[in-house]
Amino acid sequence: MTKEQLKEQVLRQLEADARLDPGTLAVMFGVPEDDIRAVIAECEGDGTILTYMAKVNWEKTERKMVRAIIELKTVPQRDRGFGAIAERISQYPEVKSAYLMSGGYDLALTVEGETMRDVALFVAEKLATMEGVTSTATHFVLQTYKEDEIVFEKDTTDKRGNTW
Amino acid sequence: MVNFDPASLLNKTVTDIRPSGIRKFFDLLGTMKNVTALTVGQPDFETPWHIRDAGIRSLEEGRTYYTSNNGLIEFRREISAYQERRFGLSYDPEKEIIVTVGGSEAIDLAFRALLNPGDEVVIPEPCFVCYEPLVRLAGGVPVPLGLKAGNGFRLNESDLRAVMTSKTKILVLPFPNNPTGACLSEEDLTSVARVVRESGAAVVSDEIYAELTYERKHVSIASFPGMRERTVVIGGFSKSYATTGWRLGYTLAPAILTKEMAKIHQYAIMCAPTTSQYAAVEAARNGDADIERMKEEYFVRRNLIVSRLREAGLECLMPEGAFYVFPKLPDSGMSSDRFCERLLYERQVAIVPGSAFGSSGEGFARLSYAYGVRHIEKAVDGIKAFLEAL
Repeated sequence: MTKEQLKEQVLRQLEADARLDPGTLAVMFGVPEDDIRAVIAECEGDGTILTYMAKVNWEKTERKMVRAIIELKTVPQRDRGFGAIAERISQYPEVKSAYLMSGGYDLALTVEGETMRDVALFVAEKLATMEGVTSTATHFVLQTYKEDEIVFEKDTTDKRGNTW
Repeated sequence: MVNFDPASLLNKTVTDIRPSGIRKFFDLLGTMKNVTALTVGQPDFETPWHIRDAGIRSLEEGRTYYTSNNGLIEFRREISAYQERRFGLSYDPEKEIIVTVGGSEAIDLAFRALLNPGDEVVIPEPCFVCYEPLVRLAGGVPVPLGLKAGNGFRLNESDLRAVMTSKTKILVLPFPNNPTGACLSEEDLTSVARVVRESGAAVVSDEIYAELTYERKHVSIASFPGMRERTVVIGGFSKSYATTGWRLGYTLAPAILTKEMAKIHQYAIMCAPTTSQYAAVEAARNGDADIERMKEEYFVRRNLIVSRLREAGLECLMPEGAFYVFPKLPDSGMSSDRFCERLLYERQVAIVPGSAFGSSGEGFARLSYAYGVRHIEKAVDGIKAFLEAL
């Protein structure tokens, strides 16, 4: 296995289960633990691995949370295109993700708040009024079925028959 | 009408078949809750969606009829292309391939088409549980050949010569092996081929795990000089594409053998399930990447489970194929049956006693690693605790 192949494989394993420790990964790939540590350090250093976090299904908790997908139309700036406005918008903690899009609008955001009113007010007061934003459209998420390859509410019990 | 015993109606060959040891163990397992099992002999992956989707689409399009007896010609062409592409084997889809209900039916067909009463069938053990009873049902005489851990559970020339007689009609070649994970090298196969050619016997080569090898690519005995004409290759989709429940396998054999096996298949089975065949066309056409993805996952699990078992103090060969490890159990005076039963009761961890796979499996146990990494670690932790308390 080349170093690049190892890197890709380690990243895939960590993407599926970030708690796998370097010792276990070393055993899984049959390489020295130091090699795994080096790969991880390199990926953390150059921003390939951005963070390690738990995938939470908040619908299972008491926490009040709503999420919306916001379409934004904006006026690109000379020299900086959409980058400047996207950067500014990304500063808000309410904004969980921000993408530049092709098609009928420019930026797609996911925004979270405790209530629909919170999200609506955030859009009306913070985003719609921002210089360069020409229009917004808010779509509230009613139910999450799948996110980051994880199917929510999936029956994960082992359904295999006891067969040789 | 008094004292009529329905048992008197039964065929003696059937009643003489002993219940499989593995079945007994699974029945026991079925009565218990919260067990961490490493027992299942099928992939934990679901059938990739594009394959399932092709099956569903065929139903929507109303393709609910029998196919031709030997299987959809479209599918046989795909099997032929797939075998050529992956293993360099060349079989005529019109005359040399039968699509069967799983690999098991394919094995049964081969035995029934080749065996005359009293013919001997050499079966290297430990092995999958179906060969011996199917040989008996076909009127043959099973001749077990116990393989040794010292040889990595591989088949060698001298062991083979010791059991081959003038009555030997078939050598079963179950590699990559369930339960040991052993594979035969080209060198091994060369010597096996030599012995078989000299003897005039046939080979039934069960290559259901051919895609799941971790050290080198699988080579079929049928690709050796003089072997194609005397070999029935058993292939299937269950293990490599995670399609066990779809029940599809196939035989690859010279036209003259295929023609006779087809007689049995057409009268007993008619044809393999139509929906499954349409799904499998998609698998054979566009599923190579699925195989690689699942194999990569089995590979890391294999390394992990072997390492953890060795840390727990068990002697364990590194399996080269399939998704099983077959560690040696400690010399505790317990049979493998007893060991596994106690492990189940005392630590709620289920593994399969090696004796279920033939008497040469005594003293070993089979652990499947068709499970997630966390599950494997939890099970091995239980085994470790059990060993420490012995």
